[in-house]
Amino acid sequence: MSRNRAGMEDIDSLLGRSYRHGFVTDIDADTVPPGLDESVVRLISRKKGEPEFLLEWRLRALRHWQKMREPHWGQLCYGPIDYQAISYYSAPKQKTDGPKSLEEVDPKLLATYDKLGVPLHERARLAGVAVDAVFDSVSVATTFKERLAAAGVIFCSFSEAVQKHPALVEQYLGTVVPYADNFFATLNSAVFTDGSFVYVPRGVRCPMELSTYFRINAINTGQFERTLIIADTDSYVSYLEGCSAPQRDENQLHAAVVELVALDNAQIKYSTVQNWYPGDEQGRGGIYNFVTKRGDCRGRNSRISWTQVETGSAITWKYPSCLLRGEGSIGEFYSVATTNNYQQADTGTKMVHIGANTRSTIISKGISAGHGQNAYRGLVKIMPTAVGARNFTQCDSLLIGKECGAHTFPYIETRNPTATVEHEASTSRISEDQLFYCLQRGIDTEDAVNMIVSGFCRPVFKELPMEFAVEAQNLLAVSLEGAVG
Amino acid sequence: MSATAAHAAAKGGAASAAAAPLLEIEDLHVTVGGQAVLRGVSLEVHAGEVHAIMGPNGSGKSTLAHVLTGRPGYEIVSGSVRFQGRDLLDLAPEQRARAGLFLGFQYPVEIPGVNNAYLLKAALNAARRERGQSELDAFDFLALVREKMQLMRMDESFLSRGVNEGFSGGERKRNEILQMLVLEPTLALLDETDSGLDIDALKLVAHGIDTLRAPSRAIVLVTHYQRLLDYIVPDQVHVLAQGRIVRSGDRTLALELERRGYDWVSTGEAR
Repeated sequence: MSRNRAGMEDIDSLLGRSYRHGFVTDIDADTVPPGLDESVVRLISRKKGEPEFLLEWRLRALRHWQKMREPHWGQLCYGPIDYQAISYYSAPKQKTDGPKSLEEVDPKLLATYDKLGVPLHERARLAGVAVDAVFDSVSVATTFKERLAAAGVIFCSFSEAVQKHPALVEQYLGTVVPYADNFFATLNSAVFTDGSFVYVPRGVRCPMELSTYFRINAINTGQFERTLIIADTDSYVSYLEGCSAPQRDENQLHAAVVELVALDNAQIKYSTVQNWYPGDEQGRGGIYNFVTKRGDCRGRNSRISWTQVETGSAITWKYPSCLLRGEGSIGEFYSVATTNNYQQADTGTKMVHIGANTRSTIISKGISAGHGQNAYRGLVKIMPTAVGARNFTQCDSLLIGKECGAHTFPYIETRNPTATVEHEASTSRISEDQLFYCLQRGIDTEDAVNMIVSGFCRPVFKELPMEFAVEAQNLLAVSLEGAVG
Repeated sequence: MSATAAHAAAKGGAASAAAAPLLEIEDLHVTVGGQAVLRGVSLEVHAGEVHAIMGPNGSGKSTLAHVLTGRPGYEIVSGSVRFQGRDLLDLAPEQRARAGLFLGFQYPVEIPGVNNAYLLKAALNAARRERGQSELDAFDFLALVREKMQLMRMDESFLSRGVNEGFSGGERKRNEILQMLVLEPTLALLDETDSGLDIDALKLVAHGIDTLRAPSRAIVLVTHYQRLLDYIVPDQVHVLAQGRIVRSGDRTLALELERRGYDWVSTGEAR
């Protein structure tokens, strides 16, 4: 080729920048030996000093799980997971029982979060974000408790909620994702160790963005966190979770469950920026991310919005869904999923219309680069009771390079003739015309690709809280480095 | 008048004969997929000049513009191109742009979700960094763009729209000229900027181009028709046919072409 290729060729070399959150924190941890049976579940429950109802629930889940088989309907390819080789509990060792304030948290842990850019201290105040940070299996700090308490909002680790608000936990736990829901959710129900809990009382608009930061640090551990958010009548809350993990050659399992409950006129915005370690360029290592997220629009005119930016993990299997029960309730799903190198993602949503005049919107943007495989799998189900239900789905895939793949599996089940369901889909390659246009304006290849990809994702990014939209854009740029050919 | 004579006349006229040319193309041969598309093009453009390159469809006009700006897909078989004394073909497309080479695209592409202001600011600051100037902040940038937008009679809302997203053909061409006015290139290649414009838009675009004329800059207009040249009077007109410049002259050549058609030159009759 001629010398004119010069500018375009370095696109190929751009893809290989490495994972920036791949450090390991050297910290003394309290880890149980690998393996899973009743004694492990009892141990976890005992370590957490749980009430009887929770232990019973865990054990029911475990017994059910032991009869279940791992699902394999996803457009995913991975070796067998040895569930007996995983340690189901790992906690950083504390001098006392648990940190009462930030001052008591191990400075090494705080330094870790600092490296990750989680604003635990003053920066958080500036950003107006309350952060609950989960390190391996336990929650290490929750900021802004007082200000939230003044508004009546409960935001704490799941463990703390079990101790201080057992009635709320018992009332809502498992009501959206039952313990027998699916293989990974059932496993989580048996062994979950921590997570976040939010309760926004009637009529309260949560005064700040709530945020949880999850990190897997210890080797050979799984992370099984469980998050429960309840927005009472006429309330509003916006919640964001971020994730990262160190770089290791082994695969690590992450099987989380998130349950959201929105009562009459309540609104929950749930945003995820998922950047678990994706594995290296050859596909070694990386997090197996099998997550069940579901929101229940239980009340009239309630609304649940899922926004996810999935850039990490070797395997992503998640379908944040909405049960639209309340009349006039609204479900939304906005997703950007990128797969580079050998990453695989099978992700999408389920919108189940039960109530009359329920509406749902699905905007999915899949980006595949390298040898990445990206599947959108979505179900829109209109029940006979959902008179006048409406759905709009837009599902776009962008391919970068020649070895990657994009797949779309839309399922539509309509059992009510008054419903309107629209589905639009497109698959395109990053266009040489667009790229050359930017280059001709003096913009270098890397910036041009980022610009074009960000433009493609814009309908999703604009749904993120502002401070995270910038982070998501940067993350996307990092995850696609070296991806263009 | 021969092509050489026209060159000599122009050198003595618009620019000083002593100065090195801004752009110097020497015997350029280019193929696409094995097919010869440029078959020995030579051209000198001096600072301060306006050149028009005319020719029938498929004569290689757009190819020339693309090869000069570094679009991939062309094989340069032989020949050389110097721009401000540097070997242009050795530079990556973005380096050529930052060095002051601008292409007004014939078909400006849509970039959905990327707003015009964002692209233009990135482009301007890339060029400023190259020149060792400080980057413009949002405030100064907006002031500059607003001034140029007024010139092109463009609405404020344009800035927040996606690049060429949902633009009409005329809006796209105006956008190209706006970008050119903001970036202030040393050499502007305008590929059929006049096509698809109604008479009002044509005047506006021509006025925009005319604003850029300066002793330190040069403009090369690639066009089918001579109507743009009613508004922007070129110093030289070249006729490209079958990958060669078959004839050069002053603006009367454009008028003659209009009268006699391209057959007159492509059949070799004019030589």
